[in-house]
Amino acid sequence: MSDEPLLRVNNLTKYYGARLGCADVSFELYPGEVLAIVGESGSGKTTLLNTLSANLEPSSGEALYRMRDETWRDIYALSEAERRFLTRTDWGFVHQNPADGLRMSVSAGANVGERLMAVGDRHYGRIRDTALDWLGRVEIAADRIDDQPRSFSGGMRQRLQIARNLVTGPRLVFMDEPTGGLDVSVQARLLDLVRQLVSELGLSAIVVTHDLAVARLLSHRMMVMKGGHVIEAGLTDRVLDDPREPYTQLLVSSILQV
Amino acid sequence: MNAVANYNFAYLDEQTKRMIRRAILKAVAIPGYQVPFSSREMPMPYGWGTGGVQVTASIMGPDDVLKVIDQGADDTTNAVSIRAFFAKVAEVKTTTHTAEATIIQTRHRIPERKLEAGQILVYQVPIPEPLRFLEPRETETRKMHALEEYGLMHVKLYEDIARHGRIATTYAYPVKVEGRYVMDPSPTPKFDNPKMHRSEALQLFGAGREHRIYAVPPHTDVVSLDFEDHPFEIQQFEKPCALCGAEGVYLDEVILDDRGGHMHVCSDTDHCEERREAGLMGVMGTKEAAE
Repeated sequence: MSDEPLLRVNNLTKYYGARLGCADVSFELYPGEVLAIVGESGSGKTTLLNTLSANLEPSSGEALYRMRDETWRDIYALSEAERRFLTRTDWGFVHQNPADGLRMSVSAGANVGERLMAVGDRHYGRIRDTALDWLGRVEIAADRIDDQPRSFSGGMRQRLQIARNLVTGPRLVFMDEPTGGLDVSVQARLLDLVRQLVSELGLSAIVVTHDLAVARLLSHRMMVMKGGHVIEAGLTDRVLDDPREPYTQLLVSSILQV
Repeated sequence: MNAVANYNFAYLDEQTKRMIRRAILKAVAIPGYQVPFSSREMPMPYGWGTGGVQVTASIMGPDDVLKVIDQGADDTTNAVSIRAFFAKVAEVKTTTHTAEATIIQTRHRIPERKLEAGQILVYQVPIPEPLRFLEPRETETRKMHALEEYGLMHVKLYEDIARHGRIATTYAYPVKVEGRYVMDPSPTPKFDNPKMHRSEALQLFGAGREHRIYAVPPHTDVVSLDFEDHPFEIQQFEKPCALCGAEGVYLDEVILDDRGGHMHVCSDTDHCEERREAGLMGVMGTKEAAE
């Protein structure tokens, strides 16, 4: 991990009209670090993620991002063209429902290759080789490259979505409940894969989840949200093993023990 | 002049024509950009060339000579009706000869004869948005055009190669105009794409149902999209035209009987007739056919 953060968030607040989405969120994210945002439904974690990933405009506050050329830019002050370029090259977004992040009617290979073509790659053979390489890395058989994601299982779709996002070598990936809706064995495999890719590529990631086990496995640090506010933040193991806030204690003690 | 042409020249009222001309001017100024315009109801169904007819009506003057082609032919229902329509409402001269025409309204083809400066080619366009089938949201495609995000267009070509081993798109083949806007050249076969490149004629595109006009001014670069290792290529035909023996032209297959008999003939009927009049003949051409 480097000394300088990748993302600096200061007092980020999002209101939907008079209704609060999330309030006064501040944190720093370092290269190679995985931050989990946990909390119950309606606690504002998805709002926070969508705001951080520039899908939503904040009501106030700023998010400074260290660009590839080492300049600090407020992501909300970028022009739309710059922001869209950033989101499809240096960032990734893994949706809970793979259908939101994939093009369901084009082949797996084209799904992976789309970002490459978007940044100007015009060599079919090279694009296909890269796609094959990435399918292999997310454990999708090479002979499925020309199949549409419709014919894939939920776990495969999610892995394909991850490959599609990582192909341009992003430095920051946002994940919204990446394991939601998958059965436990597939979840475990996916988590294993994500953990391996994150450490291999030195990615930073912000993962939203309501599943504390996911947070425990993936993240270095976590933030607990309730009613739009971050009520507790710290190293994942510290928060889970020694929760300070009553709400966090409740959350941790509600994990089902088998 | 007859009563209809006298009442108002070329069917549309003058204010409407001004509105459409403004859209055309803007389209010419920004090659390949789709300019919205307030499309009118025309006395024909959508899909029969309402956009092209409105463009033609707006640019037509009393001295113009009109040619209308449908799939390359001058004698199909659509072409005959539109020609008759303008003969009635504008009393302009009509022709089937490409060289004589000042305005050529077309569906699907660009004439084989090279167009010259001063001629205007008007296309009837069903779907002006090349990104439509990849990105159904119009708000999003407009943004993609504005920000020049055309990666998606190559996703389509990628899919073609992945499925068929080559770029299987044969018509409405996407082009990049003057290095900026990606444009749908309307459902012309890709055989005609190279003819658009640096053409001396002005090319106007009207999409009536979709309320869009776009244009390619003369001498403008029109480059078909492709991959470095799968370059753009046009259709090749094994045999020449059966009637006039022309090679290097676009051919239609004509079924002759129910025992598999067929022949390939020029899709551009005027081109074929001119060649036969000049005495050229293909394997199935006869003296009578030429007369």
